[in-house]
Amino acid sequence: MSKALSVIAPGHTVTVTSIESSALKPKLMEMGIVKGKEITILFKAPFGDPIAVDVHGYILSLRLDEAALIQVDLIGKEEVFA
Amino acid sequence: MKIALLGNPNTGKSSVFNMLTGLRQHVGNFPGVTVDKRFGTFTVQGEEHTLIDFPGTYSIYPRSKDEKVVYDVLSNPKHPDYPDLVVVVADESNLERNLFLFTQIYDLHFPTILVLNMSDIASGKGLSINVPELEKVFRGSIVIETTAKVGLGRDRLLKAVELISADKNTETFLPLAGLKDPDDLLGQEEEAEQRFGLIRKVIQHVETKGPSSRNREQHRLDKILVHPIFGYLFFAAILLVVFQFIFAFAAIPMDFIDGSFAHLSAWLSSTLPTGLFADLISQGIVPGIGGVVVFVPQIALLFFFISILEESGYLARVVFIMDRLMRPMGLNGKSVVPLLSSVACAIPGVMSTRTIADWKERMITILVAPLMSCSARIPVYTLLISLVIPNETVLGFFNLQGLVLFGLYALGLVSALIIAAILKFIINSKEKGFLLLELPTYKSPRWPNVGLAVWEKVRVFVLDAGKVILSIAIILWALATFGPGEKMLRAAAKAELKAKELHLSADETEGMVASAKLENSYIGMLGKGIEPVIEPLGYDWKIGISLITSFAAREVFVGSLATIYAVHDDGDKNRRLIDRLRLEKRADGTPVYTMASGVSLMIFYVFAMQCMATLAVVKRETKSWKWPLIQIAFMGVLAYLGAMIAFNVLS
Repeated sequence: MSKALSVIAPGHTVTVTSIESSALKPKLMEMGIVKGKEITILFKAPFGDPIAVDVHGYILSLRLDEAALIQVDLIGKEEVFA
Repeated sequence: MKIALLGNPNTGKSSVFNMLTGLRQHVGNFPGVTVDKRFGTFTVQGEEHTLIDFPGTYSIYPRSKDEKVVYDVLSNPKHPDYPDLVVVVADESNLERNLFLFTQIYDLHFPTILVLNMSDIASGKGLSINVPELEKVFRGSIVIETTAKVGLGRDRLLKAVELISADKNTETFLPLAGLKDPDDLLGQEEEAEQRFGLIRKVIQHVETKGPSSRNREQHRLDKILVHPIFGYLFFAAILLVVFQFIFAFAAIPMDFIDGSFAHLSAWLSSTLPTGLFADLISQGIVPGIGGVVVFVPQIALLFFFISILEESGYLARVVFIMDRLMRPMGLNGKSVVPLLSSVACAIPGVMSTRTIADWKERMITILVAPLMSCSARIPVYTLLISLVIPNETVLGFFNLQGLVLFGLYALGLVSALIIAAILKFIINSKEKGFLLLELPTYKSPRWPNVGLAVWEKVRVFVLDAGKVILSIAIILWALATFGPGEKMLRAAAKAELKAKELHLSADETEGMVASAKLENSYIGMLGKGIEPVIEPLGYDWKIGISLITSFAAREVFVGSLATIYAVHDDGDKNRRLIDRLRLEKRADGTPVYTMASGVSLMIFYVFAMQCMATLAVVKRETKSWKWPLIQIAFMGVLAYLGAMIAFNVLS
């Protein structure tokens, strides 16, 4: 079941299934968010927006409405702040 | 050879640049755009090379104003900065994303050197890269590892520059990729997909992962620094320290500079043969330059702190925790730094908005930045506060004067936010704002980078603001020195006669003559001309003159009043000026400087866009006169209405 990245809680790891077409899509892809990419949601800013995700080697921050463009599949939960 | 230095943001690209060129670097502009071009030279085996630093990008296709120059240069062999060789700096610990840009450039057939920088961080993360294998994949290029922040790998890099063939490489990584049009988004998406597919295979082939020790510490820091309570507390504490330095400690060198220029002026006017030329130098040019240099300590200190915060990786976290708070106002987490900078001076503040990729959020930030009270307003505030606000304690322990000063700063900040929120609904934009931001790993700042960043900002301020402030100072000097017909001379002669009758000292006579001359000069006429307009605010023509001269820089207000009221400059200028201003009466015998007119003036200075240098920078940054004109208009209306309301309520 594919979900938007914006609704995933911190600590979860997901794979990217698709990105909604928008002016932001090429930018997201260039920053490494491509189909099949594994990303982990790390933490949220106070007020829950923006969020920070680990994109295999670096931390990317995105606003919730940017994260909403990204469809992901849940693959597991990992304790990030253990 | 002409060598281009490219790379993703946060890869230590500027460390590589500094490592190669040392102090042999300069700053210019790329033709046709306002992006700073840092370039420097270095020598290998007797051959001199020019290294050009490009803005950090993730792709050759532009996603913001700054990034456009990369595409413009690389796609156009006729461009004066078109390179013979490209050095791509990559973060070794994050190779996949970094190889994206590298392979794009490789496919443009430039001879390329791939610098795997920050190898220390990579090994901390338990990563190692098989360099010879990577070189086999990218035939024709040279791959080297460096830790540029400590200068490690410099020799390897120089050797690579020596060895690399200057011929075009004929290899391609992604077959048939070609260069897409910047507007061909679909083509770029397709290319990105394919490119990352290939890159991932390369990574599997060359990267070995071991146990990582680094990530945990980093996450622990983030847990505190973006915490809903401690995060903001920490940021507030940082601000407190920064402003303590800017306001309290910067005052020492500023007073020194102020005093030195005043002495220089006095010395010049007593030494140079009297005449127009001597006057121009001692009263126009020298104080004009002084008016620029006096702000250098504050600007240097502010950018010293900002670049430390940036270098350490913390600034990105500030953007992260502030973005949500700024957004309802049409601003961006990235607006925080420009607004903060504007507390020292709006010029570097406006320039630092270039990092805001979204056009609308950037425009709003530029438009409201000058509402933040800058350091040039401080002398005006201080004079007016000691003039009309009683020095007493209120509510137990608050000093009323301090409270008013705080109130003026708060008024500036709050109105900046409110105006931004209003502009959000007025400015139309089809683009949607975005904030895709890398939160870099925390690391200790590299001092040479901090030093160079401070030097850069100060240089730009002195040159940019200096040009405008100095020319306005000279124009104002001319307007104050010349007057229509014989009127000015007659007034001066009359004043001299009167001074003789009153048996005044030479200094006092000189003051009276200067004051009489000013009253009858062109600028005096201007001041009288605008009197009907400013009367509802509680001002007379003498204040009018000072408002006009403030267009050079706001703090000139104080000096102008001193000249008008013939208060001799004796080091403790303000004291005598204040005593004199208190005596000033209107025609009906009531004092000119009351609580009402004083507060009205302060409010005027909070709002009015009186800084021509800022206007010039806004024009340059927005590339049209439309925005600076809008800015001067709305700030003018605010100033006028605000001052009028204050005057009427208080009197």
